[in-house]
Amino acid sequence: MEKGHGHGNSYGMVIDLDKCTGCGTCMVACAAENNLAVRPDESDKQRSITWMRLYKVTNGKEFPHTEVCYFPRPCMQCDHHTPCVSVCPATATKMDYHTGIVSQIYTRCIGCRYCIAACPYHARTFNWWDAYFPKGKGLERYLSPEVSPRMRGVVEKCTFCHHRLMRAKNNAYAEERRELEEGEYITACTEACPAQAITFGDLKNPEHKVSELVKSRYAFRLLEKLGTEPKVYYLSTKDWVRRMADNYLPGEFKPIAKVKLG
Amino acid sequence: MENPATSPKKSSKGGWISFLKGLLPTENGSAFVPPFSLIGWIFLLAGFFGAFTFGWVVYPVALYSRQPQPISFNHALHLDPDVGGIEGDTETEKCLYCHEFRDDGTFSGIPKLAKCTECHDDPESPLGETQQEKEFMEKYVAGQKEIPWLIYYRQPDCVYFSHIAHVKMGKIECQTCHGDHSKTEKLPIYRANLLTGYSINIWGKNIAGYKTNTWDRMKMDDCAECHTKKGHEENNACFVCHK
Ligand code: HEC
Ligand code: HEC
Ligand code: HEC
Ligand code: HEC
Ligand code: HEC
Repeated sequence: MEKGHGHGNSYGMVIDLDKCTGCGTCMVACAAENNLAVRPDESDKQRSITWMRLYKVTNGKEFPHTEVCYFPRPCMQCDHHTPCVSVCPATATKMDYHTGIVSQIYTRCIGCRYCIAACPYHARTFNWWDAYFPKGKGLERYLSPEVSPRMRGVVEKCTFCHHRLMRAKNNAYAEERRELEEGEYITACTEACPAQAITFGDLKNPEHKVSELVKSRYAFRLLEKLGTEPKVYYLSTKDWVRRMADNYLPGEFKPIAKVKLG
Repeated sequence: MENPATSPKKSSKGGWISFLKGLLPTENGSAFVPPFSLIGWIFLLAGFFGAFTFGWVVYPVALYSRQPQPISFNHALHLDPDVGGIEGDTETEKCLYCHEFRDDGTFSGIPKLAKCTECHDDPESPLGETQQEKEFMEKYVAGQKEIPWLIYYRQPDCVYFSHIAHVKMGKIECQTCHGDHSKTEKLPIYRANLLTGYSINIWGKNIAGYKTNTWDRMKMDDCAECHTKKGHEENNACFVCHK
């Protein structure tokens, strides 16, 4: 299993939580890009399908000390012991060592939902019903041919807009290139974010901005102690936000010395 | 009721043993008696050959629909340097006149009507005298209607394929995957699997799964076989060919 490590690229994302305003554009852009199905009644959010979900957290203090932070959560594309991959009985999900992206093949998925249970980030959702695109409203004309739609009974998740990688490669081939420039392949959420809170690139390429950002002292990942090595990093200067990302024993969390902002 | 697992009598096993014993010559010299009468054998063989013929001859034919293409298109005629007037140094370049790559690297596939009307521009004055051309002019060129081609090589929706990676970067000839389609004068009947809706060109025409040419089939294993052979194992990850 280990033989593939070290080759190719390792695409990753850095989300600056200090910049995120919680507007939800990333969720909308993701849904439009990836043919996410809607349901006749979308009010039951437990059953609705999202690849990018926005979580709101607060520091729990009374006004005027209340602080709020939003966590956009795509698939973490775990690099190590990828929990969903190790439990999948059908090989429907695999981690590609050449891109670092965890694939999900819907036609292969048998719908056992073991991966949903295994994913510590709730990044996977299940299609309880056949995809529904309201007739006559023109929604079906917005479907992208680059992403195959899902059927009832399969699990889906964020793919880091993998089709955009293939599109960028085709584009490079047309110019007789093999290497992609930074920014040629970015996800739909990265492109849409009005606050430019999301940075996307190759973590293994020292020239890409992401590989610089992840070295920041404010960089952290969700549930890092599980050892899944997510490729989605967050930045926050706030100690309480960083503390929220994992479970700490009393006294274990090390706050970063206060910095003067602004 | 008695628990069969603890019961001392294993009646079913005993039954089998005595049946098998019956097939063997017994001690008092009685010869082997076949378990079936002659009539029984005739029925058995008739049933076997009936099922065999159905499975190997009738079923593969019945499994596929037969649909004619909307109009006839003659690749050989159009690629003939004396008739078509399509230029190109290599065979592939000639194909790319119609099946072109767009600037962003995507493949245009079967050309749109606009490509045909570069030559067949006037419905009043056809280039030749054939009935096929007249029909094409009347039905499609006059009304500027796109031709609803049935696509022989179309893969299932979940498959991603890139022509530019193979043709330009991999330097693979069209023929390797499409055989002699570009030498045909008449279009073959389009046949789609009635259960899956996929074209017969993907599964292959041979029910037994034999493959003599690289283009006989284009299933997942055929793609992966070439990738492995050409030393491109990195393209055997699921998300390379699937989307
Ligand atoms: C004059 C334009 C033209 C040229 C030049 C041309 N083709 Fe075509 N090609 C077509 C049209 C129209 C079709 C659709 C009808 C059909 O299936 O044959 C087609 C269909 C095909 C198909 C079948 C696609 C499918 O899945 O149904 C293949 C394969 C193909 N061409 C290969 C070639 C090759 C190889 C060459 C070069 C040797 C070539 N073509 C040159 C117009 C052209
Ligand atoms: C480069 C010019 C050119 C282009 C482009 C072109 N054709 Fe033709 N086509 C010809 C010529 C020349 C003939 C031969 C006329 C003759 O002598 O019978 C012909 C003949 C035909 C015929 C009659 C064939 C037969 O069997 O007799 C059909 C049908 C036809 N073309 C359809 C098409 C379609 C459909 C397209 C678009 C994909 C197309 N052509 C594009 C030049 C062209
Ligand atoms: C490595 C194998 C391979 C090679 C080489 C190849 N093709 Fe294809 N071709 C395919 C496959 C696979 C498909 C089906 C693609 C799909 O369904 O997305 C296809 C589809 C097509 C289609 C139908 C496209 C559509 O959906 O409208 C045409 C036309 C075609 N090829 C022409 C060509 C021509 C011309 C060349 C040479 C320049 C060529 N192909 C080289 C494998 C190949
Ligand atoms: C005749 C050999 C051959 C066959 C058949 C073949 N491939 Fe390939 N394929 C290649 C080669 C060689 C490359 C690498 C091209 C390069 O990057 O130089 C490649 C690369 C690819 C890529 C990578 C494109 C990229 O963006 O880098 C995809 C996707 C792909 N093949 C899909 C398929 C699928 C799907 C099929 C079957 C329908 C298939 N191939 C059949 C030889 C083949
Ligand atoms: C080299 C290209 C290639 C790779 C790599 C590849 N596939 Fe496929 N796959 C195809 C093609 C082409 C088809 C359609 C033809 C067929 O059914 O064989 C297909 C069909 C399938 C189907 C059946 C879909 C249907 O609608 O009939 C499943 C399921 C599948 N693939 C799963 C996978 C999984 C899981 C992986 C990774 C372990 C994978 N594939 C890797 C090319 C590929």
